This record gives sequence, C-alpha cells and structure tokens, in this order.
Amino acid sequence: MKKLKVAILGSGNIGTDLLVKIQRSEFLECSMFIGRNLSSAGMTKAIDMGVRVSDKSINAIIEEPESCDIVFDCTSAKDAVAHWKILEKLGKFVIDLTPAKIGILCIPAVNLQEAIKHQNVNMVTCGGQASIPIAYVLGKTQKNIEYIEVVSSIASRSAGPATRLNLDEYVDTTELGVRTFSGVEKTKAILNLNPAQPCIDMQTTIFAKVKEANMDALKKELDIMVAQIKAYVPGYHILVNPIYENGRIVVMVKALGLGDYLPKYAGNLDIINCAAIAVAEEYSKQKTK
Amino acid sequence: MKKIVIHDPTLRDGNHAVAHQLSAKQIEIYTKAAEKAGVPVVEVGHGNGLGASSLQVGEALESDVILLETARKNLKNSKLSIHCIPGFATIKRDLERAISIGVDVVRVASHCTEADITQRHIAFCREKGKDTYGVLMMSHMASVKMLVEEAQKMELYGAEGIIIMDSSGTYLPTDVTERITALVNSLGVPVGFHGHNNLGMAVANSIAAIESGAKILDATARGFGAGAGNTQLEVLIAVLERMGYETGINLYKILDAADIAEKELMPKVPTISSESIVSGLSGVFSGFAKHVSRISKEYNVDPRDVYFELGKRKVVAGQEDLIIEVVMELVKNKED
Repeated sequence: MKKLKVAILGSGNIGTDLLVKIQRSEFLECSMFIGRNLSSAGMTKAIDMGVRVSDKSINAIIEEPESCDIVFDCTSAKDAVAHWKILEKLGKFVIDLTPAKIGILCIPAVNLQEAIKHQNVNMVTCGGQASIPIAYVLGKTQKNIEYIEVVSSIASRSAGPATRLNLDEYVDTTELGVRTFSGVEKTKAILNLNPAQPCIDMQTTIFAKVKEANMDALKKELDIMVAQIKAYVPGYHILVNPIYENGRIVVMVKALGLGDYLPKYAGNLDIINCAAIAVAEEYSKQKTK
Repeated sequence: MKKIVIHDPTLRDGNHAVAHQLSAKQIEIYTKAAEKAGVPVVEVGHGNGLGASSLQVGEALESDVILLETARKNLKNSKLSIHCIPGFATIKRDLERAISIGVDVVRVASHCTEADITQRHIAFCREKGKDTYGVLMMSHMASVKMLVEEAQKMELYGAEGIIIMDSSGTYLPTDVTERITALVNSLGVPVGFHGHNNLGMAVANSIAAIESGAKILDATARGFGAGAGNTQLEVLIAVLERMGYETGINLYKILDAADIAEKELMPKVPTISSESIVSGLSGVFSGFAKHVSRISKEYNVDPRDVYFELGKRKVVAGQEDLIIEVVMELVKNKED
C-alpha cells in the first residue's frame, strides 16, 4: 500500500513519541523529523532509527515542499500560528497538537470524518481527548444538563515546561472543546499535577449536573463510545462506572499509555498522539484510495 | 518590639467548613469586625480560592465577584486578599476581574512540589502592582530541600513572601522549626506559616514558626476552616501579646470579632473530630473532610479507611474525585 509522507515539526516528547508510533503505521511514513537542535534527545533517537532529520525548523519544509503531505505540528501555540501561514499556502494537511485552536477541533471517536475535510485539524488538549468523548455522550443522553466539569490528574513528570507555563491555555482550550462537543454552555476544566512516586497514571473525571439522570441510556452509549476510543487508544478504559451522587453524574476514565517513547503512566501524552495518528491514517486512507 | 503580620483567611478557609456556602451578608459582617480589630490582611473567597467553585471541590453559594465586591466595600485599612491556584484560576477569566474589583493582595498557590505553575500568575500580579505572595500547599509532602528549591523558584518569579501551608495539620513543632529555619536561611523575602489543628498543634506550630524567623502567620476566628480548623486567631493574638510580639491587632476587638464570627458564620465551631485526627495522621488535605464524611456515609464505609487509603496514594489538594474512587474500591473489597 502507498504510504503518505509525514513531517513532524517539533522534536520534543510529543514529536518523538509520534515518530515511534508512525513506524508501525500501514498508512504513514515519516519523511522528515524536524527540530532546532540536532543533539536533542528526540533527534538522537530519530537518527538512531535512521529517519531523515533537519534542524532548520519550518524552513526545512519551505526549502523542500514536496518532502511531505501531512505535517504534525508539535511546537507551541505561538509557533503553530506562524507555521500555518506557510503550510496553508503550500497545501499541506496540518494536524496541530498545540492549543493554537486554528482549525477544527477533533475528537476522532466523534467527528473524524468531518475533521479530515478541513486542512487544519486541532487535537484540543490531552485532557480533552480523554474527557470530551464522555462529555459528548452525556450531552447526547441527558436532558437539561446545567453544567459539565472535567478534572484531569496527571503525573508531575509527564508535564513538561511548556505545559506548566501554558496551564491557562490548557484550561481555555479544554473548556471550549467540552462546550463544543457536549452542547452545554457552562463548562469548566481543572488540571491537577501529582508528584507521587511511582508516577500516577493519567485519570480524568467528568461531572454533569442534572436534576434527573438517565443512567441506562448513559451506560449503553458509554460502552459504545469507549469501544470506539479503544480502537485508537488501546489503554483507554472506564475506571469507575457512572454513578449519580449529590445531584451530579460522575464518570471516571483512565488512559494508560502504550509506553512507546514515553512511559505508560503518561497516558495524557499518549492519548493525544494516538488521536493525531488516527486522523492522519484516515486522511491517508482516503487520499490513497 | 518584634513584628508579625497576620493574614486572616476566615472567609476563605472557613468556606470549606460550610461547603462554600458563605453569603454576602456574612462576608459583610465579618469583614467589618476584622476591619475594626485592625486585622492587616483579610482573605476572602471559595475554599480553594479564585475560580474554584466546582463540582469537584464544591459549588459556592456566591460568585467570586459578589464575595470580593462585598468585602471590598467593607475593608478600608485592612487589605483584601485572595488565594489563587493555577489549574483552577486563569489570568483572563479570574485574576483580571479580581484585580479590577480592587484586591490588594494575591497569594498564588501550588502543591508544594509544583511551584513552576505559578510563574505567569505571580508575574502578572506583580505587573499589576499587587502585593504578591507564593504559597506552597501540603508542604509536608516535600523534603526540606525540595521545599526550599520550590520556594526559591517562587521568589525568582517575583513573590514578595513565601507561605508554607500545613494543609493536613500533620506537623509537630519540630517539623515546622526545621522547615522554617531552612527557608529563612535561603530566601531574601519574608516567610509565613499556615497551620491546621488536626493534631492540636496549630498554635504551637505557629509559635515554632516565628521563633524560627517567620514573619507572617495565618489564623482564623475560632479556627474556622477546613477539617479540624486552622490556627485560632484570637488565641494566637493573646499568646503573641504575652510573648511580646506586635501584630497591630486590638485584643478586645479581635475577641469581639471571634464572637461575632461564631454567632454569624458557623453552624458549629470547628472541633478536632475523630475523623480529623485520622486525616491529620494520614496527611490528607483538610478540605476533603466534608466530602469524605458524606460519601463514606452514603456508601457505608469507614471514613478512617478512606483517609488512610487516600494518604497512601499521596493524593493532593484538588483531587477530590479520588475520594469517590477509593470509596468505590472499599465497597468492592467489602463485597468480595
């Protein structure tokens, strides 16, 4: 089968983990791994794997536009905005893993087909990939939800400097995603960092405030949704079955990572990468049909 | 005379004790009393601070705006302070608004090992010309060395003072002496201590803190606060007077304020309940108390087991959802 060519922009943890995942893909091949520093840990890994690398950042694509069909942007929200101006003109399909919110927000289990019709697809946030599908199911099965809240706890060691500096953007973007997909106007996102050793697995709790809960409909739809997510995030599962307590529906989920470049507890990073790969593969399937 | 600055979070930590149901009227009554007594800094808000009204921690009766506007109207000489945890509060949604209402003091807080999430919020408050402090919560969960490093980060970001919280009421006076001494020796800004009374040590711990060089102490009327309650303000003022410390607070007036607080704010005065002792021993955040009681009762499990399991998992403030997970697990184990 013909594979589409993928460039990864950003050689940090996210970019490097994507590279490992792409090696397994039947539909994608990484044609260029791009960063700013050839001696970074991610670059060293890519060189060891025999992947073509560049330290010229976006210029690597400007100089050689035919080198790729798809670009994963794993830099920062600010850089992603600048990159898009260039990549849009070059006609690249861009999957944005920063909270830049340029393109359509995508949760593969909910709107994959719709998303790949756009040229820029935004993967929301790590916590959003875990919580929004559940918020969507809640919106679909419950009447008159007053409010939805999503809380993620992640291991301190899985939150790099960019995440820590950009907590406000994480909160804003996750809330926007929950609102967009659940149809509930009032939403809130909370992120906790827990330094416990051994590291805690990423877990997320979704609360919905409702007067009357339809738990049967919820459980049925939840099972279907979890199966769909598991298709691209094998470590995703329900941790505590939905309960209705104190006027609120509570669902707890856990995302265990695949342990590719990042440790298994960093399910927060794994889930956004798995979702991004799912988007790229579907795009590739349709392009090469 | 040796000077100590008292910060009074009765209307913030106390909100934990009433499931965040303090009303505008109650804010008005107590801020007036605190102002009369000459309390230098009065902290107001949801128990977890700005932007923390939530299903996770508890929904507040009044919005942040109402709480702060009411307090602002009644505080003239006393400064109005807020508690702000990044991850709950954002600059755009919460801090900008609070500053436009006219808060004087912002205390930016994080779990004791995560100071770097406070960088932007501290810098923002300094730019706005606010008195800005860094707060390290659950400070018993970090080694002394790490606590110093995290405090130094906050100082570097621009914090004008660092307060460590004994959020679980776990410390004994020697623990406090060790930590405050290390902080005072390593920082160029004043150090403060925020005590909880789970093991009956809050006043003694506060004294240990100032004897080690701390310049700021947190205390609340009747100890109104999460779990077993905080350092009891009027007791602390009496003790500090005997020891010859100057706080600028009038003893009679603060005794009056405490009487008013008991009558007007508290369905019951905080006591060291059996559950609170276990909470302190297991090092669990005091703000969990009401949730643990309610959920344990609902699912018929022993709240003491819940505390010890939460302690074992090293749960931090803000992870209230884990109470549900732990209770469900205990229920399951009981059935098996």
